[in-house]
Amino acid sequence: MTTAGEAPSHAPADVPEDAPTTPPSDALTSDRKTTNASGTRSTKWIVCASGVALLAILAGIVTGPAGLTWWRVPLALLDHLPLISIDSGVTESQWNILWEIRMPRVVLGGLVGAMLSVGGASYQGVFRNPLVDPYQLGAAAGAGLGATLMLATFRGAGADWPIDPVPAVAFVCAIAAVAMTYFVGAAFGGLRSTATLVLAGVAMVSLLTAAQTFLLQRNSEVIRDVYTWILGRLSTADWEDVKLVAPYVAVSCVVLFLHRRHLDALRVGDDEATTLGIPVSRVRLIVVIAATLGTAAAVSVSGLIGFVGIVVPHVVRLVAGSSYRRVLPLSALFGAAFLILCDIPARMLTAPAELPIGVVTALVGAPFFILLLRTRSLNR
Amino acid sequence: MSSIEFRNVAVRYGKRVAVHGFTASVRSGEWLGLIGPNGAGKSSLLQAVVGVISSTGEIDVDGAPLALRAPSRRAALVAYVPQDPMMPADMTGFEYVLLGRAPYVGYFGTESRRDRSMVRDVLDRLDLSDFADRHLGHLSGGERQRLVIARALATEAPILLLDEPTSALDIGHQQHALDLVERLRHDHGLTVISAMHDLTLAGMYADRLALMHEGVVVSEGEPETVLNADVLAEFYGVRVTVHREPDGTIVVIPRRNSLL
Repeated sequence: MTTAGEAPSHAPADVPEDAPTTPPSDALTSDRKTTNASGTRSTKWIVCASGVALLAILAGIVTGPAGLTWWRVPLALLDHLPLISIDSGVTESQWNILWEIRMPRVVLGGLVGAMLSVGGASYQGVFRNPLVDPYQLGAAAGAGLGATLMLATFRGAGADWPIDPVPAVAFVCAIAAVAMTYFVGAAFGGLRSTATLVLAGVAMVSLLTAAQTFLLQRNSEVIRDVYTWILGRLSTADWEDVKLVAPYVAVSCVVLFLHRRHLDALRVGDDEATTLGIPVSRVRLIVVIAATLGTAAAVSVSGLIGFVGIVVPHVVRLVAGSSYRRVLPLSALFGAAFLILCDIPARMLTAPAELPIGVVTALVGAPFFILLLRTRSLNR
Repeated sequence: MSSIEFRNVAVRYGKRVAVHGFTASVRSGEWLGLIGPNGAGKSSLLQAVVGVISSTGEIDVDGAPLALRAPSRRAALVAYVPQDPMMPADMTGFEYVLLGRAPYVGYFGTESRRDRSMVRDVLDRLDLSDFADRHLGHLSGGERQRLVIARALATEAPILLLDEPTSALDIGHQQHALDLVERLRHDHGLTVISAMHDLTLAGMYADRLALMHEGVVVSEGEPETVLNADVLAEFYGVRVTVHREPDGTIVVIPRRNSLL
């Protein structure tokens, strides 16, 4: 759909550029055109996705139950930039709501959405399996078990601890679960067999879920707390959460972006990638570690927000092409926008109560995804 | 321009020996054809060269052991066309051939402008420019096979390994693909080692044939010595007539059992 719309607009720009040089063959000219078009198409997509993400951020901070007039919000933000002074009419307490409640929530939503999407896309790349994300190797089940363990055994404790123990333990358990899956899979299937790793993940998830169910059954009074945690929420977000997660997300995303070329090479299979000189096992290990660390950090503060890691990369592939050079940055931007936008109904629909954001991502995302699959299959 | 030498190369899968003490030397610019029944060890030998499976013994390229080279250096010396290449349906032809430049890109780097223009050049030379932006899933078997050869060519490796390059193609595309390899060998001085099932085609294109059976080379030499009805009967267990055309082409014709 993009090709049809772009070809005419780019052809004229290319012709004068080629004309003065020595007469190129027809094939060469047309070839240069196509590759240039694919380059500008990438830039276009990035610009478009950045625009969507910015709009989502704006939408996220102007909406809320506090009764701030929406157009005053951007003015207030501008007013707080250095050297700019605008009378936005926003009172000090309204500004506090804006800056201390809405802003960290939007930023955290963006970070978590970007991380879950990039982590999912990277996992799908190294496992060559469209249905895999860090959750499938035990990151979600591990975090869930860790949180349940803390909520059930140390109820009420930790209020005066320097760090909140629930996310910390969830983080550690998520990483431990993926590490165990990885070692079990590697021990029995060798590092080359991705199918064994995914199957080891299935076994690990069942095991951890069983342990969690057992714990819950023995401590039924915390079921509500645990479910609230599992379904995910951004409601308690403050700048401390952002500071906690941001470094992990940043490092993880940078490492994953640096492997976009390897992820493309892995699409032709481990053996062929090896013959092309790609150190397959090392790449897989680095990508899994980076994606798991980032995802574990994200879920430890936001809970197990489902659906994002699978659906966002797929939507990106369907609309913008499947090269990881495009899939990774676009997943980050669209993932951030998606979660920020899903958070709006989560806090507005039942205000002052909150809807779990995991419910919203599935309710909004699933029908949209099915619709997209349908239009795509009709177009083919 | 590179020569490759095998000394006592062996491949084992657990206890089963797939290749047993393979020793051969392939001159620069030569085409060696590996023939032999299924399971003779032809594919295993080729995969051992490109590091997909481990092997013992020595494989030297231009006198230096291949095993001591970094993976990317090895990939820049030896290109491999697999028997059943994995071609992601939603990858474009350009993206696919660009993978051939991987050996020249630093770990955290991306392909340079030169790499990209080199790929466009290869696509152009192989008349594949029209497929640069097409998805692999929309291409025919013959078109895909040419893209795989284009990817191997994009590595600029002086040694080309072909594993049953024509087994999935009809007779016209078989000829087209092998003619292409022959032309590239001529133009670039490539050294070629191919595993092939079609004995007539093998004899037609290869300078030298090695007949493998249960991991061992049982006959080696010019096509007219190896493609011998008695030898083929012994190791393939087939009834064939070997016919020599006036131009020297050797044709292997299977015979049906007259009693049936």
